Amino acid sequence: MRILLDKFSKAFGAVSVIEDMTLEIGDGEMLALLGPSGCGKSTTLFAICGIHKVSGGRILFGDRDVTSLPPQERNVGVVFQSYALYPHMTVRENIAFPLRIAGKSSVEVARQVDEMAQLVHIEPLLDRRPAELSGGQQQRVALARALVRRPHVLLLDEPLANLDAKLRLEMRSEIRRIQLETGITAVLVTHDQVEAMSMCDRIAIMDAGRIVQIATPTEMYNDPHTAFVAGFLGNPPIAFLRGVVSGDAIVVPQSDVRLPKPNGARNLAEGTRVSVGIRPENFGPAGDVPVRGRISFVETQGRENLYDLMLADGSVLRSIQPVRSDIAVGDEVEWSVASDRIFMFDDKGERI
Amino acid sequence: MNGHQKSWPIILVITILSAPLVLAYAYLFVDTITNSPPGSVVPHEFTLEHWSFLWQTRPGRLSIWRVTLNSLLFATTSAALVVVVSSMAGYVLSRLNVPGRSFFLAGVMLLHAFPAITLIVAIFIVLQMVGLYNSLIGVILVKAAIDMPLGIWLMKGFYDTVPWEIEMAGIQDGASRFTVWRKLVLPQVRPGIFALALFAFLLAWGEFILPQVLAPSGNAQVLSVYLASLIADDNNFDMALFKSVGLFYIAPVLVLFFVFQNYLMNIYGGGTKG
Repeated sequence: MRILLDKFSKAFGAVSVIEDMTLEIGDGEMLALLGPSGCGKSTTLFAICGIHKVSGGRILFGDRDVTSLPPQERNVGVVFQSYALYPHMTVRENIAFPLRIAGKSSVEVARQVDEMAQLVHIEPLLDRRPAELSGGQQQRVALARALVRRPHVLLLDEPLANLDAKLRLEMRSEIRRIQLETGITAVLVTHDQVEAMSMCDRIAIMDAGRIVQIATPTEMYNDPHTAFVAGFLGNPPIAFLRGVVSGDAIVVPQSDVRLPKPNGARNLAEGTRVSVGIRPENFGPAGDVPVRGRISFVETQGRENLYDLMLADGSVLRSIQPVRSDIAVGDEVEWSVASDRIFMFDDKGERI
Repeated sequence: MNGHQKSWPIILVITILSAPLVLAYAYLFVDTITNSPPGSVVPHEFTLEHWSFLWQTRPGRLSIWRVTLNSLLFATTSAALVVVVSSMAGYVLSRLNVPGRSFFLAGVMLLHAFPAITLIVAIFIVLQMVGLYNSLIGVILVKAAIDMPLGIWLMKGFYDTVPWEIEMAGIQDGASRFTVWRKLVLPQVRPGIFALALFAFLLAWGEFILPQVLAPSGNAQVLSVYLASLIADDNNFDMALFKSVGLFYIAPVLVLFFVFQNYLMNIYGGGTKG
């Protein structure tokens, strides 16, 4: 079902967390609300499910205005960060709880619980209690309980935060599989850009209560609108250089780096300060603009190595390259930047 | 066995210190089933006559079974009242954003610290005015009211440990706030409810001043008052009878402790994370 936040605002007392936010989530779409802690992404989620009352604006499910409906009547499935399973009930009772509240017959309840258990692959665990399950299994139960009522929308509040790295990888694809199989509209709240990029159709990146950019993961990675977005997406993260417009080039002071002006920067005045974002994969042995520096840090990642290159002015560029053993910390090297892949931002962080 | 060698002086000291207590308890029991010659502490005959109060009601007194029933009624009813009110009030104070919440919290704390016995005259007058003086209902209400601040505070503490998400999950699952409380939250605080019930029962079972002042005679007499009346009775002073009734009085308390101590230790299993 299509979800629309129409000029939604939320304030706690005098503190305004979100102001006039408009966000549309398409039917069957999985959208990530991505941002640092305190950016208002969880607040948005809790407003959609009805735990928080909105201070202004409307929330629509389909064409229905649910702004003033209590959570019980919204039919929203929520998976909480801590899963919030009912510890005194078995898995079966946990999943059946929403159906029992709805007053379904026990035959119907049993049928739907089995169906859900099958979907999330927990059939053998139905008679256990939550304390007897692993984190990943609890997560599956929480998903089943959230989905059993066939909600209009599924909300996931940092669902992978409590899992170890390997389980996180597994549950990432599992959640996506279940979402695609059920065709449910879903909103994922996360501060982990990898989760957002790998699981979702679109990402809404938030900062200080505003949506900074909303796009597909690929679009957002290749075309960030602000320095904040560029800095948030990508692992290892993008590196920024401070530059000044000088003639038809951008010069990094106290160094010999001269980057060609990108098209958008044609009419920038001489001496304008800009910041240049260079992703680690666009800096290395291949490229067109040479940069000299000293290796300040090497991080082994197995298949690849991450090198930190300190420039003459003290700023640091990152480069990710296939493992090589000819370079060590302290070496002087000259690598190159692929100048057609760099991003330029003005001093407010807006893309040029 | 170095540890044992080091600890024997401590054990000796503890043994000496507690010996009088153990001896006193032993004699409390021995004296109820034996007779000793005057001036001696060594019993010379076995007898059940001191327990005859169980089947013989003395003139001018209530039957011991009637008094026991009163005590039982008094303790269970006031414990039930305390549990029911505390489990609800504790939840409201812990979770709901009611107006005057901090005022009520402070009030409950103050009432708990307040020496309720200083109100006894006022309570006496109130009970007399509403016609509950010398009735079991009157003492039950007063006792429950006095124990309630502790119960509310205790239950609030238990509710505070229940994860907020469990309630939110229940609400999202379509349950009303009351259903969430009854079906999801209440089971999480079961150890608290049980402990409070036992605690309030024992408090009421051992209560003496309130029934003594507010229901001293007539059909509302409870065991503690009955026991006290035995000493107060100068005409038929019977130390052995007093001990027997005393033993009879503490027996349920001992039984409760022995039966439920493991239950109380056994913290109810469960959690939100694996």
